[in-house]
Amino acid sequence: MAKTFAEKLLARKAGLAEVEPGQIVTVKPEHLLTHDNTAAIIGKIESDLEKYGVASPELSVIVLDHVVPAANEKIATNHKKIREFVKKFNIKHFYDAGEGICHQVVIEKGHAVPGTIVVGSDSHTCSYGALGVFSTGVDRTEAAALMLTGETWLKVPQSIKISLSGDFPTGVSAKDLILQIIGDVRADGANYCSVEFHGELDKLSLDDRITISNMGVEMGAKIAIFPVDDLAANYLNSIGVEYTSYENIWSDPDANYLKEFEYDLSKISPVVSKPHTVDNVASVTEVLGTEIQQCFLGTCTNGRLRDFEVAASILKGKKITPSLRFIVLPASRSIFNEAIRRGYIETLSEAGAIVLPTGCGPCLGAHQGVLAPGEVCLSTANRNFKGRMGCKDAEIYLASPETVAVSALYGKITDPRSEL
Amino acid sequence: MSETNRVWKYGNDINTDMLFPGKYTYTCSTADEIIPHLLEDLDPDFANNVKSGDLILAGKNFGCGSSREQPALGLRAVGIDAVIAKSYARIFYRAAINQGLLLIECPQAVDAYREGDDVELNLDQGEIIIAGKTYTFPTLPEEILAIREAGGLLEYTRKKLEQKK
Ligand code: SF4
Repeated sequence: MAKTFAEKLLARKAGLAEVEPGQIVTVKPEHLLTHDNTAAIIGKIESDLEKYGVASPELSVIVLDHVVPAANEKIATNHKKIREFVKKFNIKHFYDAGEGICHQVVIEKGHAVPGTIVVGSDSHTCSYGALGVFSTGVDRTEAAALMLTGETWLKVPQSIKISLSGDFPTGVSAKDLILQIIGDVRADGANYCSVEFHGELDKLSLDDRITISNMGVEMGAKIAIFPVDDLAANYLNSIGVEYTSYENIWSDPDANYLKEFEYDLSKISPVVSKPHTVDNVASVTEVLGTEIQQCFLGTCTNGRLRDFEVAASILKGKKITPSLRFIVLPASRSIFNEAIRRGYIETLSEAGAIVLPTGCGPCLGAHQGVLAPGEVCLSTANRNFKGRMGCKDAEIYLASPETVAVSALYGKITDPRSEL
Repeated sequence: MSETNRVWKYGNDINTDMLFPGKYTYTCSTADEIIPHLLEDLDPDFANNVKSGDLILAGKNFGCGSSREQPALGLRAVGIDAVIAKSYARIFYRAAINQGLLLIECPQAVDAYREGDDVELNLDQGEIIIAGKTYTFPTLPEEILAIREAGGLLEYTRKKLEQKK
């Protein structure tokens, strides 16, 4: 019988001939991602760790990124506790503050290998679907149990097929596409499901695909998965994940889907998610002129090189409006370094941007760009929930790097097509 | 069969930031630290007045958003008997199982409930009785029930590790 990606991969990983949606299987993920929350996770199992140790020193990938450098004593103490744990249990894959946002680091360091399972105590673990990884978020307690046992259960999901064709018009990019999809599918429209992307994918760069997979969870998806084509395989090979080191699994042509959607990229236009839900999607033309006090370019959704390239090309030789703070933050050290080499950082800083060290920064409202009551932020992040940037009486609009960079010039939401 | 106390009713898409604000995620992890902030931005009354044995009724996609487990941990710690919603976001669903918090998916019951109605739960049969009328919901698969019965995932894991030893 024809099978979807999720059905094939989970059957293989569970050692079964085949599985059906709804079936529960036990699997041993290749990796478990945890970040600053590792302190709370190991705190739950301190005596168990003494007694049983970790299941495998290769399993955990730990990246300090959420509140780095530490914003206060409590967080600094947590980071210290994590470093001690890493040393004591000989954890092989540890990346300290300054390496980057966990999801970008997992990809760049070659831990996102096609056909494997990665679970993470972070909801945007689904990002590695861009590279054919069955990757999904879990809570801290589950991460703790995984550290001890190395295994967990997964329910085989139903699948949704999204077919893409065409190419984006000027000023429109992958962020607009995924916001449009979430607006159509709704915040719960893909709950528990595997979302597969099909069709003409050659117009989507790897950066674009990561942006799209990253936001899968905002429609409830368990995974948001792309096939591993030459573009993905060549990238992986360039970072040391060789062509022959993984199995390239993809769904059968006549597999069974719960729902199917089609998008022609040439018909996508700039959109925003209005406060306070991601699926509250509107055309940028409906919110033109909305006054903003802060713009934010960064996060695991849109802090990659192409995003910096776009922003730098828009702001080259220009100045942002003085009434606005424009925070920019590269998703990893390697992106930061390359953006410096290519002159993007200089361009943005000269335009008036505040360049922050790599990490999550203001995305979760813990530090570095918290909003005041009544303020409005236009952000490239993936969530605009009430209170997300630290103040429940502030508003967040989500948009593409193009829309954010152009709007920074005027202090109000602006259609990027008017400048490009 | 158990008679429950107060019912707290909320709408659709109640996200994890509403259940427990993200700004506390890295400073509050124990029940004592979490409880004062439960539902802080959604219903300031909740944390002060919730009692053991209370129920939460909600619309679709309850618990969407972040993977933080504080909402599930906190609701279990204050003694919420069960959440009854039209549907749940998946990470929250797992977090609840792992904490031993009971989630019931029953859209009909949510629609039927009117303020002041008596609510009874009959878990073994998979039944909710609201104002005398019975609604059924699917019982949990065996693998998951075992985690709940152990009192949560860590307790379940400890048992397994002990057996292996
Ligand atoms: S950048 Fe934001 S969404 Fe991404 S991992 Fe960090 S806090 Fe989460």
